[in-house]
Amino acid sequence: MTATIPHAAPLAATSERPMVEAVEVHKRFGNLEVLKGITMSVDRGQVVCLLGPSGSGKSTFLRCINHLEQIDAGMIRVDGETVGYRERNGKLYELREREVATQRRKVGMVFQRFNLFPHMTALENVIEAPVQVARRSKADAREQAQRLLAQVGLAEKADTYPAQLSGGQQQRVAIARALAMEPEVMLFDEPTSALDPELVGDVLDVMRGLAESGMTMIVVTHEIGFAREVGDVAVFMDGGVVVEAGDPVQVLGDPTEERTRSFLSKVL
Amino acid sequence: MTATQPSATAAPAGPTGPSGAARPGPIEAVPVRHPGRWIAAVLVLVLGIGAFASILQNPNLDLPTVGEYLFKPLTINGVLITLWLTAASMVMGVIGGIVVAVMRLSANPVLSVAAMLFIWVFRGTPLLLQLIFWGFIGAFIPKIVIGVPFTSIEFWSFTTSDLIPATVAALLALGLNEMAYAAEIVRAGIQSVDPGQTEAAHSLGMSPAKTLRRVVLPQAMRVIIPPMGNETITMLKSTSLVAIVAGDDLMSNIREAYTQNYKIIPLLIVAAIWYLALTSILSIPQMWLERRYGRGFNGARPTIGSRVSTFTQSIALPARTARASKKESAS
Repeated sequence: MTATIPHAAPLAATSERPMVEAVEVHKRFGNLEVLKGITMSVDRGQVVCLLGPSGSGKSTFLRCINHLEQIDAGMIRVDGETVGYRERNGKLYELREREVATQRRKVGMVFQRFNLFPHMTALENVIEAPVQVARRSKADAREQAQRLLAQVGLAEKADTYPAQLSGGQQQRVAIARALAMEPEVMLFDEPTSALDPELVGDVLDVMRGLAESGMTMIVVTHEIGFAREVGDVAVFMDGGVVVEAGDPVQVLGDPTEERTRSFLSKVL
Repeated sequence: MTATQPSATAAPAGPTGPSGAARPGPIEAVPVRHPGRWIAAVLVLVLGIGAFASILQNPNLDLPTVGEYLFKPLTINGVLITLWLTAASMVMGVIGGIVVAVMRLSANPVLSVAAMLFIWVFRGTPLLLQLIFWGFIGAFIPKIVIGVPFTSIEFWSFTTSDLIPATVAALLALGLNEMAYAAEIVRAGIQSVDPGQTEAAHSLGMSPAKTLRRVVLPQAMRVIIPPMGNETITMLKSTSLVAIVAGDDLMSNIREAYTQNYKIIPLLIVAAIWYLALTSILSIPQMWLERRYGRGFNGARPTIGSRVSTFTQSIALPARTARASKKESAS
């Protein structure tokens, strides 16, 4: 029923532990079981694209990795640390909200609706967490923010408020904001779904650059082209389970499962 | 005069294409007249002048007395006490209100029910009643004891009237009452902020307290400030109620003066002038705060200059256009 992602190299050779590891993750909202046992493992530097119809649980799974949603059963580890819990003497202890916050610093997240802080300029958005959470000096954070904004092609928009930026520009600032905390892994929750078609390309270019620089990325997306080109692994989810996972060219080009096939025929 | 002639003459009048068409001149039309408005305006003007004149001629107005009392130390001291009471009770109300609002939104049922009960009691009873209650608190609880409940162990004990003099009682009444209102305003403000903002802050590793302080409250302020401005103005006027228990504020001093010299109306006018002046001045910091917290929200940047100019425009514009159109129709 569940499929594990095949590793590029045999497990024995990659002595390094996976960056993100999910084991039999279950999640329900009331009577609705959204995740019915998701198991997957993402290696450092891998780009994994989650695809599937809406309601298949891909966004929920992404939010679980960041502990924005609490899972009901199973286990998620980020860089070897159990998300939301501490294991001691074989017992699980729920983490305090402060400790969860510390854990989240390893994980950057980009939202469908950008969620930039509207009362801060682009630069202020980017330096907020480094200064307030990581306690870096303002000058230091400012310098880093300028570099990150340049990296996403918005160096000249540093002093602009989000409301004066286009959707694509806002999303690129949001990516810079997430990168400012120097995360080990980046989560993208349908980053281009709220954008006008002509603005999608700029955001995807930034993400492609990020993938090339070796960032571990988990991307929930409907951009089949991006998944095929940039993704190391494509995961097709439906009804709260992983239907099919593997090399994007194979999964998206010649799927073995009928459900994948019918989904792709609708979106392509 | 053949049948084809009309169409032939019509052709040059028709559209000649974008390059050949001349820009049409401004529309010349007779503007709609509003005789009803004019009659009403004249009526109001006549009545207003009449009322004003009769007030000025009224011997009971006693303008010299108004002038005499306007800057008397008694009045000025009262103004200072009124300002102090307003500021102190608003600070207490706002800070306490934020605490009560956060309690009200807490997941812990004890905290949220306690906040609800607090709001229910202090918003649901008249301020005057609360003022008198705190003024006579000594009659209800003669002694305040800090010790172990249900035992005779006492660490500390005070006589209530020593601990809570009249001014403190007034401050307690005004501050606690304001807390209840402020709590609801702050709660509405917090709930108006998109939950995505909290998620984004959390995903950056911000703790709940930091998220509230750095992300949610600054955005909630946009919604909180206008009603809080109202609250401050209401508070400034409500301080006049403390005349019942404490005194020394503007209204109490004025009342004290007119009970001695019976110049009731002139002294009330003195108080009215001061209250109007203070409430007018209060709208300036409100405008400043609205501009400060409107940053980043398009179009929501009122400046004092822009407000005044839009106000004068709204008065001046109709008059100017009316005059212009009249000139047009006359020529």
